[in-house]
Amino acid sequence: MISSFILKALDRNIVIAVALLLAIAALVPALNLLTSPDHPLHVPTYIVSLFGKYLTYALLALALDLVWGFCGILSLGHAAFFALGGYAMGMYLMRQIGARGSYGDPLLPDFMVFLNWKELPWFWYGFDMFWFAALVAVLVPGLLAFIFGWFAFRSRVNGVYLSIITQAMTFALLLAFFRNDMGFGGNNGLTDFKDIMGFNIQSNGTRSALFATSAIALAVSLIIASGIVRSKYGKILVGVRDAESRTRFLGYRVEHMKLFAFVVSAMMAGVAGALYVPQVGIINPGEFDPANSIEVVIWTAVGGRGTLIGPIVGAILVNGGKSIFTAAFPEFWLFALGGLFVLVTLFLPKGIVGTARQFIERRKDYRKAKADEAARAFAAEPQAAE
Amino acid sequence: MNTLASNAKPTSILYLDGVSVSFDGFRALNSLSFVIEPGELRAIIGPNGAGKTTMMDIITGKTRPDAGEVFFKGTIDLTQKDEAEIAQLGIGRKFQKPTVFESHTVWDNLELALNRNRGVFSTLFYRLTVEDSSRIEEILSTVRLADRRDVLAANLSHGQKQWLEIGMLLAQDPELLLVDEPVAGMTDAETAETAILLKEIAKTRSVVVVEHDMGFIRDLGVKVTCLAEGSVLAEGSIDFVSADQRVIENYLGR
Repeated sequence: MISSFILKALDRNIVIAVALLLAIAALVPALNLLTSPDHPLHVPTYIVSLFGKYLTYALLALALDLVWGFCGILSLGHAAFFALGGYAMGMYLMRQIGARGSYGDPLLPDFMVFLNWKELPWFWYGFDMFWFAALVAVLVPGLLAFIFGWFAFRSRVNGVYLSIITQAMTFALLLAFFRNDMGFGGNNGLTDFKDIMGFNIQSNGTRSALFATSAIALAVSLIIASGIVRSKYGKILVGVRDAESRTRFLGYRVEHMKLFAFVVSAMMAGVAGALYVPQVGIINPGEFDPANSIEVVIWTAVGGRGTLIGPIVGAILVNGGKSIFTAAFPEFWLFALGGLFVLVTLFLPKGIVGTARQFIERRKDYRKAKADEAARAFAAEPQAAE
Repeated sequence: MNTLASNAKPTSILYLDGVSVSFDGFRALNSLSFVIEPGELRAIIGPNGAGKTTMMDIITGKTRPDAGEVFFKGTIDLTQKDEAEIAQLGIGRKFQKPTVFESHTVWDNLELALNRNRGVFSTLFYRLTVEDSSRIEEILSTVRLADRRDVLAANLSHGQKQWLEIGMLLAQDPELLLVDEPVAGMTDAETAETAILLKEIAKTRSVVVVEHDMGFIRDLGVKVTCLAEGSVLAEGSIDFVSADQRVIENYLGR
């Protein structure tokens, strides 16, 4: 059952993408750790971390593509799931600091000491264990998506209204996490991390391991997403996107179909967030900013909505561009991003990967038509001779 | 009329009694009652705004009536169920405008319509069986799309889309089929073929056809119900109905 699911997932493009991701998961850390800094092929640690961050963004974009590209749910709140996963990991990293914080409290993180709290809030229990934090990073985004989706899809909230309430959801979380008495570090968020699973979070080895983990997580998620969209369930999702009422009158429970995709997508976003935080070293309420979620939509649109590989390409290209651009002309980045979105919508409505795929299909069709014509001419000849 | 209908209820496939519904004060259906027998092919005619599409919305669970009874097979109360449940019970619906999955191939459209377990996980791990694939083959030849199986539905002609949608209904294997204007926009040849197709389908199941095309209805040669202003105006053979003075005034004469 599972094996046929995976087998279906692996079409040629996905195999190539997965192989590439696994190759860089091995190669980049090797070039960072095994070569000396003056070697021409050496990859500096800051590049490892930077691209590790891009890979987590790519995973977030892939998660969005699953619901937006294949089910037509334009979520403008996907960064909320990412941030929740990030907070779960941040809480674990805070508790790893232990007595090494500025106030030296063995149990309470610095910000709690600062707020004069005497004991650890109940929801911080268990975060001293990595497995627990990892589980929460997946389950809490999943649970939020389940509750949110249950009500939204059952009430048949669609289109722009759904987008608006997803935006409201992330905005509400932004405001909540800004409050100091929520117990998540308020405005400053969680930072000053020291160790992850006993390894120094700043060391080259840890950075490389985090990079490799991000690449592998992205590869695995790509296989899962591909398996989903290539299954009969995935075809129903596309049916819901294109003709929701037809799907309903064929007897499918549209709300269940949407809910499953939404929850899986939120879980992937949570994993992305959990991998993002140790690589950037901070998580604060700014991650819930509605603008972040909109950026994810732009990456996905630029790369190609509904292509799975496109959003990965889009996230890496746009963020690479952002890193270069904000260093050169910091004031103009938002204009460039807005302009990019307008240009892509006007001239590349299918995104980079979608357009490339269309071009290849057309050439294939053209060649086939030519071959058919030649065959027909050949078949017609003897008749003409008679 | 109500007493007559009540007697028919246990043996009927579809039973509507005193169904009324209003939208913003407009009475779309006004105490509509009629009965469809198992295996019957019934044509429904009527001017625009007579409530034909609203009637279908009520039978398929899209709209809830304000008053009245709607029963399937005499015992199943359709007013308590939603679209997906009603479809799973065995009522199929064809829309006025052909509605197929345009970005899927003809084959995939039929595969999705096939009457199989429709849960999230059973579809996620679904594998095409020999039985299912031969059923799809059979439907492909019934709706005359066998040589277009790998074409995207978006690239079909209008008439072919109509047939594909009828094929999807067949794949759903319903006991009752509701067909809204199946020949709208078809050529005369296509219209004649559709009449043959529907008569063939009606051999094994009940079919309700809403149509404006009087020639097509004559081709079908079945019992006709004429609706106007949300209730039944006349019922009987096409000649009987078209001779009715009120039908002429309300519909044909216009």
